[in-house]
Amino acid sequence: METGADIEASIRTRAFPFPHPHFLSVQGLNRPQAEQLLDLADAFVAVNRQAEKKLGLLRGRTLVNLFFEASTRTQSSFELAAKRLGADVVNMSPRTSSMTKGETLIDTAVTLNAMKPDLLVVRHAASGAAALLSQKVSCSVINAGDGWHEHPTQALLDALTLRRAFGKVEGLTVAICGDVQHSRVARSNVGLLQLLGARVRLVGPPTLMPSGVERWGAEVFHDMRKGVAGVDVVMMLRLQLERMDGAFVPSTREYSRYFGLDSEKLALAAPHVRVMHPGPMNRGVEIESGVADDPRVSLIQEQVEMGVAARMAVLASLAARLEAGQ
Amino acid sequence: MSAASPRATAFVGARLVDPESGYDGPGCLVVVEGVIADVVRRPTLDNLSADIRVVDCNGALLIPGLIDLRVKTGEPGAEPKETLKSAARAAAAGGVTSMVLQPDTDPAVDDPAMVDFILRRARDIELVHVYPAGAATKGCEGSRMAEIGLMREAGAVYFTDADKPIIDSKVFRRVLSYAKAFGAMVAHRPADPYLSAGAVATAGEFSGRLGLPSAPAVAERIMLERDLALCELTGARLLVDQITTADSLASLERGRAKGLAVAATASINHLSFNELDIGDYRTFYRLDPPLRPEDDRQALIDAVASGLVEVIVSAHAPAPPEDKRLPFSEAAPGAVGLETFLPALLALHHDGRVALADLIRAVTLAPARLLGLEAGRLTVGAPADLVLCDAFAPVVIDADRLISKSKNSPFDGRRLQGQVLMTLVDGRVVHQAQP
Repeated sequence: METGADIEASIRTRAFPFPHPHFLSVQGLNRPQAEQLLDLADAFVAVNRQAEKKLGLLRGRTLVNLFFEASTRTQSSFELAAKRLGADVVNMSPRTSSMTKGETLIDTAVTLNAMKPDLLVVRHAASGAAALLSQKVSCSVINAGDGWHEHPTQALLDALTLRRAFGKVEGLTVAICGDVQHSRVARSNVGLLQLLGARVRLVGPPTLMPSGVERWGAEVFHDMRKGVAGVDVVMMLRLQLERMDGAFVPSTREYSRYFGLDSEKLALAAPHVRVMHPGPMNRGVEIESGVADDPRVSLIQEQVEMGVAARMAVLASLAARLEAGQ
Repeated sequence: MSAASPRATAFVGARLVDPESGYDGPGCLVVVEGVIADVVRRPTLDNLSADIRVVDCNGALLIPGLIDLRVKTGEPGAEPKETLKSAARAAAAGGVTSMVLQPDTDPAVDDPAMVDFILRRARDIELVHVYPAGAATKGCEGSRMAEIGLMREAGAVYFTDADKPIIDSKVFRRVLSYAKAFGAMVAHRPADPYLSAGAVATAGEFSGRLGLPSAPAVAERIMLERDLALCELTGARLLVDQITTADSLASLERGRAKGLAVAATASINHLSFNELDIGDYRTFYRLDPPLRPEDDRQALIDAVASGLVEVIVSAHAPAPPEDKRLPFSEAAPGAVGLETFLPALLALHHDGRVALADLIRAVTLAPARLLGLEAGRLTVGAPADLVLCDAFAPVVIDADRLISKSKNSPFDGRRLQGQVLMTLVDGRVVHQAQP
C-alpha cells in the first residue's frame, strides 16, 4: 500500500504537472490529464481507507468553501478532502452569513481574496459563475457546480467509481437518465465519459433535454426502456420537484412511471449493470428504493467515498502547481 | 462657439454620399446659417469670398448626420448609467446628430409633461437633436393606453413600450388603431413573452452546452405574426423594433407584399455578432433580443442590403459595471453603441456586404422619412447636420475611453475602420477629432 510520502513524491516528480490554474470544467482536460487525475485519486482511496489518513500535501494552505447554494454533501466532501491533505478550511455560505444581500458575487470573491486563501471552492446558481470568479481572484478556483453548466469534480468521481467497478471506462455504455437540461452533472459527465472512451446515451422526456442535444455526440432516447437496453451503467439524475410548476412534466407519478428507474426497467440493461446517482435522491420518483439500496447493483455509496478521493486529487494537483510558483 | 463662427462654411475636396440622390463622388458643400446652401459635384469651388471658412476634407467622407431611432439614457431615474448630456456628447462623438430616446425611464415618458421635460433638458444641453418616443401604455406596463395624442402634440415622434412587448392583444390592437387616428407610428419589440421568460440566449446547441436559459428563435416570429395581423386589421403604421431572425424576415416580407405600413429596424449588434460571442459568458454580449446563430446574422445583413430592413439602430443601452459584472444570466441586457456606430456600420461596407450608399441611407434618410424630418440628406435647404469621417482610418475600440458614462461595449478591443473627424448640428461643430 502506498504511503502518503510515496504519493507526495509521485506528484512532485510527475512528468506532466497539472497545467491549469483552476478546475472549472471538464472541457479543458485532455485524456492523459484526466487519467492522471484518476490515478492520483485511486492512490488517495487507499490512503482514505487507512486509520492514519492525514497527509501534508496542503500543509499551510487555506481552502475556502464558498457555497452560494446549500449542499451538505459536496461541501463536506471538499472539507474532508482538504483536511486530509493538511489544509485549513473555512466554510462560507453567503446566504446565511452576515454578508449583506446586495453584495455581488464579485464583491464577495474580492473580499475573500484579500484574506489570501490558496484554493477557493465555489458553488453558485448561475452558469459561468465559477469562471467569472476565477478572473477576479488570485487563488485557484474549483468549480463545485455552476448553474446548469458543469460540476467537474462530480464527473471525476463518477469516472473513478466506474473505473474501479469495471476496470476501465473505455468501451462502457452509460445511460444518463432524467432531467438533462437542468443538470450540470450531466454536462460534465457527458464530456468526461466521452473523453475517456465511453459511449453515452441520454434518456429523458424531450422537455428535459437541452436545446441542440442531438449534436452532443450522445444517443438521445425518449423511451427509457429502449434507452437502458443493454447498457453497462445507468446514471440517474435528480429531478427537482419544482419542475412540475414549469410544465416540464405533468406529475411525479407519471414521471416515475416512464422515467423512474425500477427493477423492471433495470432488467433490460446488461446483466452486470451498475446504477449511479449523484444524490440526494428522490426515492420513489426517479429511483426506486429497492434499486438504490441493492448492493449488487448500486454504486451510490461508493460514489460518495470516491468523491473525497477525487477532490483530493484535484486539490493536490492544483496545490502542486502553487508550489511550483506557476 | 456660434457667435465666433463665420457666416458660412465651405467643405471642399470631400467624398459626398447623398442617400437621396444616390450620388457618391467628389464634391463640395456650403453651409450658411445652419442650412445646406449649396452642393457641388466637383472637388473644388471657385470664387470663394474671403469671409467663408473653408474646410479642406482631403477626400474624407461627408455624409448626413446619423439619425438613431433607438437610444436609452438613464435620465430620468438612473443617471449614474447615463445622463442626457453624456449621451448627447457620445452621440456627437459618434456622428449621431439626431437620436430618439426610449420612454422606459423611471418615471416613464408616458405623459406630455415628461415629453416636455426631455425636450427642455435637451435644449439646455444644445448638442444634438433629441426626439423623445412616448410610451404606448402607461408606465410601459402594457395595460392602459398612454396619452398618445397629447404626447404627439408635445413632440413625441413614435410610441413604444421599448423592451417590453405588449402582451395583451386587445390592448395592442387599440393602441394601433388609436395611434392611426393621429397618424402616429407605433414601434414594437416582437418577442413572445412566455417563450422568452427568463431566457438570456437563443436556444441551440451552443446555449445548451453553456447551460444558459434560452428561448427558441421562433419566439420572435410568433409575436411578429400577431403584430402584422393587427397592423393589417387596423391599418396603422408599425415599426418592428430590432428584427433578428431569418424566420421573422420572411414574415416581414410577406407583410410588405400585402402592402402593410410596416417598417423594421436592425440593431448594429445583431449585424455584427452572433451567438458564439457569448462563449466566455462575457456579459457585454448579453443583449435583448439575444444574439442569434450566424445564419440569422447573414440573413439580416442581406435584408439590409435589399432594403427589406430599412433602418439600422445603435440600440444604445448603457449599463454600469454593477449591472454587468455578474454571472451572465444575472447581468443586465444591452450594450452602448453611439460612439462605435459608424465604424461598426462601415465594417459591413468594408466586408463588401452592403453598398456604402445603402448603409448610409439606413441611418440617415430612411429614419428621417419615418419621422418626417428634413434632415438625413445632402440637399439645398436641408439642415446642416453633417458628419465628416475618414472611412478607412483604423481604430481599436477601447471601452474605457468612451465618453458614455457606461462602458459596456461589445466592440471593446475590436479593430475597425472609420473615424469621425467632425460632427455638425445645424451648422454648429459639436465634435471635432483631436489631431
